[in-house]
Amino acid sequence: MPENNSPHIPTTPLVEMRGICKQFLDVKAGDHVDLTIYPNEIVGLLGENGAGKTTLMKILFGLYQPDSGTIMVEGEEVSFRSPLDAIHHGIGMVHQHFNLVEHHSVVENIIIGDKKSSPRGIVDYRGAKNRIAELSERYGLEVDPSAEVWQLSVGEKQRVEILKALYRDVKLLILDEPTAVLTPQEVTKLFITLEQLVKHGLSIVFISHKLNEVMEVTNRSIILRRGKRIGEQKTSETTKEKLAAMMVGTDESFVLQKKSVEFQGEILKIDSITVKNDMGLVAVKNLSLTLNKGIILGIAGVSGNGQRELAEALGGVRHVENGRITMEGNEITNWSPANLVEAGMARIPEDRFRLGLVMEFNIAENLVMEKYQQPPFSRGLFMSWPKIMENAEKLIEEFDIRAPGARTTTHALSGGNIQKVLLARELSMDPTVVLAAQPTRGLDIGAVSFVHRLMEDEREKGKGILFISEDLDELLAVSDIIAVMYEGEIMGIVSAEEATKEKLGCLMMGIKDSSPLENQEEVRANAV
Amino acid sequence: MQFKLVKRPPLTLWKRALLPVWAILLAFLISGIFIAVTGTNVPPAFWLIFKGSLGSRFAFLETLIKMTPMCLTGLAVTIAFRAKFWNIGAEGQLYMGAMAAAWIGILPLSSSPFIQVPVIIMAGFVAGGLLALFPAWLKVKFKADDVVTTLMLNYVVIFLMRALLDGVWRDPISGWPHSPSIIPSAIFPRLLPPGRFHIGFLIAIAAAVLCFILLKYTKLGYRLRAVGFNPQASRYGGINVKRTLLATAFISGGLAGLAGVGEVCGMQFYLIDGISSDYGYYGVAIAMLANLQPLGVILASFFFAVIFTGSQTMSRYTGVPVYISDIMQGLTLITMLMVLLLNRYKIKISRK
Repeated sequence: MPENNSPHIPTTPLVEMRGICKQFLDVKAGDHVDLTIYPNEIVGLLGENGAGKTTLMKILFGLYQPDSGTIMVEGEEVSFRSPLDAIHHGIGMVHQHFNLVEHHSVVENIIIGDKKSSPRGIVDYRGAKNRIAELSERYGLEVDPSAEVWQLSVGEKQRVEILKALYRDVKLLILDEPTAVLTPQEVTKLFITLEQLVKHGLSIVFISHKLNEVMEVTNRSIILRRGKRIGEQKTSETTKEKLAAMMVGTDESFVLQKKSVEFQGEILKIDSITVKNDMGLVAVKNLSLTLNKGIILGIAGVSGNGQRELAEALGGVRHVENGRITMEGNEITNWSPANLVEAGMARIPEDRFRLGLVMEFNIAENLVMEKYQQPPFSRGLFMSWPKIMENAEKLIEEFDIRAPGARTTTHALSGGNIQKVLLARELSMDPTVVLAAQPTRGLDIGAVSFVHRLMEDEREKGKGILFISEDLDELLAVSDIIAVMYEGEIMGIVSAEEATKEKLGCLMMGIKDSSPLENQEEVRANAV
Repeated sequence: MQFKLVKRPPLTLWKRALLPVWAILLAFLISGIFIAVTGTNVPPAFWLIFKGSLGSRFAFLETLIKMTPMCLTGLAVTIAFRAKFWNIGAEGQLYMGAMAAAWIGILPLSSSPFIQVPVIIMAGFVAGGLLALFPAWLKVKFKADDVVTTLMLNYVVIFLMRALLDGVWRDPISGWPHSPSIIPSAIFPRLLPPGRFHIGFLIAIAAAVLCFILLKYTKLGYRLRAVGFNPQASRYGGINVKRTLLATAFISGGLAGLAGVGEVCGMQFYLIDGISSDYGYYGVAIAMLANLQPLGVILASFFFAVIFTGSQTMSRYTGVPVYISDIMQGLTLITMLMVLLLNRYKIKISRK
């Protein structure tokens, strides 16, 4: 592996981290990591989930203190006790989850905690506003400074976070998976901003595990795996395949082999249903959709366009106000979860920690949640623990759940293994329909391809799969047909072969591009 | 100096088993200060506590008698809290059980205690259970706060009982505000006579074992624990959360009701105001001290009973106010909660 063939003229590095170690309990999140960042560059920090990317950057931002190792900023050794110290040294960070006060205005959020904005204890709103306007202008970070944060879209909130850092004159901006929450169009816009920032003398650390984006926007990438620095690659001299191999450690191809198995007949029919969200507002409007046997029907859409409510309504935990859902001809509208399980619906909820599993239960207990009532898992009033343990051991083997044993508490497992427990529970019920909501979110590449393979297997068995995801690459790779949701409605249905990211992106933004719309009926006809 | 709580891996089993011992020692140490403040020599005072509660056959049996209702209310709270049904109403449920016992106890159903006593036990269980069902129903139906409703119902029940005792149930013979005495066949059989040690103790121990089995080996116990840990995931997984909560409440209230039955049929033989020395509230402390483990409730209630009876002896001999027992129990609870925290976290001291 090529080690540090730095493309830069030897100038003083902006930031140099040397031999950084950080241990959490028995996990080494940082194992003698070196990282150098020069002025005016975008450095990709690549790695699977749990590789230690965020930890390393939180150390640089003063949120964690390293167990050992040194940090130098512009040649001077520093020790940050809090983010405030880091900001003083010109380092800013935008986290995956935003830290904004929802009911404060954009200006208030940006100047919060900044003493310079309030000389002699009086807040200089006008000065702040002018400065923010100037910054947004210069870097293309459009946002209304007097709007309150709750009124903003996710993309706008992210811009506020970036402005918050720029307002403090940072020289280095750390972005932790900034594109995870954005639409393709917003991503493009973000990338233009990043180029502007670099042009004006900033450096950027771009944390991601999306290879396309890293290839598009970075100058070079540093790859981490299990807390260790694996290597560095100049973007112009590497390929996605090479980066992926370095990230996962093997040359595993994660493009699915689609086998065409023909099955006949519809299996799940959603007939103009209306569902409300927690606030009592209509989240799913008159939505109709048909799922056939042996099909993976992908549902695309920017988060918050009714996918969650649709999944919960189908999963039996949200009331359907109007319309009908039928499964193999039987109406299942507003059935209880227990009845849906019996009818043969496997449901993988979006929030696997809150809805999917009882994290305090051990693996065996979680695995029988939907079948403990049946023999042989219980007799009369009593649970049959030996049989339950047997079931768990079998499924742990079958689904490759990495755990010390069936009695391991679920929350002690890694994210990927937690999801495997949930999948094992659902798929071991031998369902006819699989409803998978964001089943790969937050998982590492290995676990993602495992989930995809399971979905493939179910399809080959002739099951119908409803696959909800916000990741277009994933949907394009896995689905046979993709339906795009926008504001609670299906904007369009396209077959996976014809779909492009641009086409889907338009539909996701509610733009009824003429071409997919014309094809819609035709595709639907083909699909049915 | 900075103190910080840092997560640590779980302790080994035997270290964990020693945690309550540390908690109790620490509590004794601190209450020693209070005893010393009264001008009493501390070591003999502590010795008197143990002598007064464990030092003789009589003292020991008195301690077990005292332990009986506290064990049952401790179990009532344990079962409820495991499902996150915050039942603070064991006191009221205890009185419901006591009222049922006082009522069935005067009905001449049979001259044999083998019939009369089981009927009374069942009636007391059902009475306590029905009372707990009401706030549970309010919770599942209207999301009413169970802490408030269960607590407030205590007063409703106690005032209802006072009204009955001042009215229709006033003892016609003595005219005192207590119910008529129960018939002989309603009296709990004695154990180890002479003395007033009765089968209520065995009922409490059996209840603890049954609660242990309920939680660990039954389908209801599985549901109950699932609902307590995560009601949303339970519902998603097909468990009827509402029904589970109602069943939990009924069992919880029933156990507290049994405590009332024991006090009427084992101790007083009639119903009188103040039959419970706040046993329902001690149940909460005992359940917490037992870390919501049914078998731990046996130990925790025994410990509370030791402090209760022993501090009376100490008070008699030394003049230290009997309220020292409240202080000791309170301190034990606090130190126990602290120590439980240390099971999962360690204190990191950093000099800055």
